[in-house]
Amino acid sequence: MDRLIAKTPSDGLLPLTVGSVTLSEEDAGVIHSISPFKDQRKAVSDAMKATHEMTYPAANRMTGKAGARAIWFGYSQAMLMGVEPDVSLSKHAAIVDQSDAWTVVRLQGDGAEDVLARLVPVDMRSTHFKRGHTARTLLFHMTASISRVGDNAFLIMVFRSMAETLVHDLKRAMEGVAARG
Amino acid sequence: MRITCPHCGERDRREFYYRGAAVDLDRPAPDAGEAAWDDFVYLRDNPAGPTRELWLHEGGCGAWVVVTRDTSSHEMLGSQLASEVST
Repeated sequence: MDRLIAKTPSDGLLPLTVGSVTLSEEDAGVIHSISPFKDQRKAVSDAMKATHEMTYPAANRMTGKAGARAIWFGYSQAMLMGVEPDVSLSKHAAIVDQSDAWTVVRLQGDGAEDVLARLVPVDMRSTHFKRGHTARTLLFHMTASISRVGDNAFLIMVFRSMAETLVHDLKRAMEGVAARG
Repeated sequence: MRITCPHCGERDRREFYYRGAAVDLDRPAPDAGEAAWDDFVYLRDNPAGPTRELWLHEGGCGAWVVVTRDTSSHEMLGSQLASEVST
């Protein structure tokens, strides 16, 4: 049988630096969606705390830290990234392996906020959108998950099929910001 | 126009998909009769003033939201998760 070679979603597209902003692919490890069953959110959170040392994130928030995070991902859904979910979680939530379904990139550098301001209809400035905050919103025409992971660093997730579009849209915005100097 | 999502806060209208008047939450019983079903499927009020509508926050958290909006002024009078509305 042929040997299959796994490719990352942004293979051949990244990294990319324009001006002071760098866009790079983030190796998020395994990604699982956690959807608590009805009225089981607290039980899921307790189980996550016991096994993964992070709670189930509240709306628009992220818990954990680099390498093992939980990102709020919408109505009754969070993404556990970087660690295999403990089997105890499956008593209280539907868990789906989505590792290959998402493009995860990091936008970093002075001016990262200005790049996002061109594409995202939500205020991403640090006065409003702090480290540990996350938002489900649009990035140009795509639905996306955007989280702040540093003073000038954002984690952006879109469907894997949108990787090329994501890089294209971000590149144009980065060039626009850089051209303004 | 800005719509308030109970999860995400005030967001741009382009993040939302419009379903229509919030009648889906008040579905007649299967044996309610032709008149009730005709009314449910086809007949809508067209109020100049406060109206209840269903919007899907598709470019956001994915929740169905019941929005109360004034059609004359576009003033947002309230919003609530459809899953938490009891009719």
